[in-house]
Amino acid sequence: MDWLNAILQGTLLGGLYALFAAGLSLIFGVMRLVNIAHGDLIVLSAYVALSFGVSLGLNPLVALLLVVPSMALIGYALQRLILNRTMGEDLLPPLLVTFGLSVILQNVLLMGYSADPQNLQAGTIETASVNLGPVAVGVMPVLVFITAVVVIAALQWMFYRTALGRAFRATSDRQDVAQLMGLNRAHVFGLAMALSLAVTALAGVFLGIRTAFDPAAGGARLIFGFEAVIIGGLGNLWGTLAGGVILGVAQTLGAKIDPGYQILAGHIVFLIILALRPRGLFPRIDG
Amino acid sequence: MPDALLSLQALNAHYGDFQALYGVNLKVEPGEVVAVIGANGAGKTTMLRSIAGLLRNAPEAIRWKGQAIGALRADQVAALGIALVPEGRLLFPSLSVEENLIIGGQLGRKGPWSLPRVYELFPILKERRHQQSTSLSGGQQQMVAIGRALMANPELVLMDEISLGLAPVIIRQIYEALPGIVGEGLTAMIVEQDIAKALSVSQRVYCLQEGRVSLEGQSQSVPREEITRAYFGV
Repeated sequence: MDWLNAILQGTLLGGLYALFAAGLSLIFGVMRLVNIAHGDLIVLSAYVALSFGVSLGLNPLVALLLVVPSMALIGYALQRLILNRTMGEDLLPPLLVTFGLSVILQNVLLMGYSADPQNLQAGTIETASVNLGPVAVGVMPVLVFITAVVVIAALQWMFYRTALGRAFRATSDRQDVAQLMGLNRAHVFGLAMALSLAVTALAGVFLGIRTAFDPAAGGARLIFGFEAVIIGGLGNLWGTLAGGVILGVAQTLGAKIDPGYQILAGHIVFLIILALRPRGLFPRIDG
Repeated sequence: MPDALLSLQALNAHYGDFQALYGVNLKVEPGEVVAVIGANGAGKTTMLRSIAGLLRNAPEAIRWKGQAIGALRADQVAALGIALVPEGRLLFPSLSVEENLIIGGQLGRKGPWSLPRVYELFPILKERRHQQSTSLSGGQQQMVAIGRALMANPELVLMDEISLGLAPVIIRQIYEALPGIVGEGLTAMIVEQDIAKALSVSQRVYCLQEGRVSLEGQSQSVPREEITRAYFGV
């Protein structure tokens, strides 16, 4: 029964990892940008929620109504003012710029909020649980998982059923021809980053409610997100959710064997999958 | 004298250190079909890419109804009503046939062209509308590329080597559709290697040779030997 419980907890944790990963996957899919600062942007979102909580007295879940649009605006500005200047045939310059951005973000957060661990207080919902047959699960993890499923489904719908998604796919295919269709690449990329950071805002707030965070907490989140994307297969959003779940289950089962094995078990499963299926478990079939 | 629809004045174009166009002068009047011929590497595609905004130039080098547009981005040029059917078709592989057409019209310019009109012109595309664009034959892909440009309801359509790599029967089919495309106020500039085809559909012709205009004339009355001389530079 303990094992069943561990698998269930791991699955729900996978929802959070899928939220870490979805924004990363979106950016890579639309503009081939590997965003090294993604983890730090997740942590930034948590701090933004913290500040709204302190200054306005908002529950972090309510603060999402402000954090999501704030992060989207930051994303659009970041893309238009900085990242677009580095985008071109070569994938390396934007990657290096996001690496620099990661260092800057960590230090700015350190100056603004100190190195003390913080967390977001969401009230009684944090400890509430429901009984599912023989096991009890927390309401928050279930809420996070449902949010992840809804976010992935919404992104999937946006990508394949809306004009914005068409613009994303066309720009991803051929940037210059998309420009001929009247799509301003700089604006399309800005919108993609805005959407990515809107999802990041959700991930950051849920992270902050679940665990303590500090300005250096981004690196591990980037790795988890990255692993979920790679396990699931690049460019496949539902695969990203599956990747998150596999990573989450590997970690909770590892922790079940020995608490020290939690993170290691996730990395080992990632390495095994990468070795056996370098394109991930559910790669997109390219035309 | 009123401004031409499009005029190039001393247009130079470079790829890095390589100069592809040297002081090209050219005019396109409303409603006409202008053919541009020339050997491989003469600068025809470079000229179309410059007009479409994929290569940036001095603002004054390209004028649209008198307005200097040489330095505009491709999306800004598209918004003015200039559409390019690029060499090699360059469809969007992750979009279906219909989505490729829809995205061509995403600027929402008013005009006669719509999905039903394009399907009327190329009925096979209607049957294939849900397929991935890359699963089509070369000729059908060319129809999508032309349809995609028409969906923008442009005033000027630039067509780059639309017969390249296609079977003769398909080329004939596409060229037979051309009169139905031009007319209705649409002006066209057609780059073509097949000189006879180019002359038969156009009113005026320019020949490019090594980045310079080597001939300009009426398509029906230019002597063939002059064309040969301008084309090969002999």
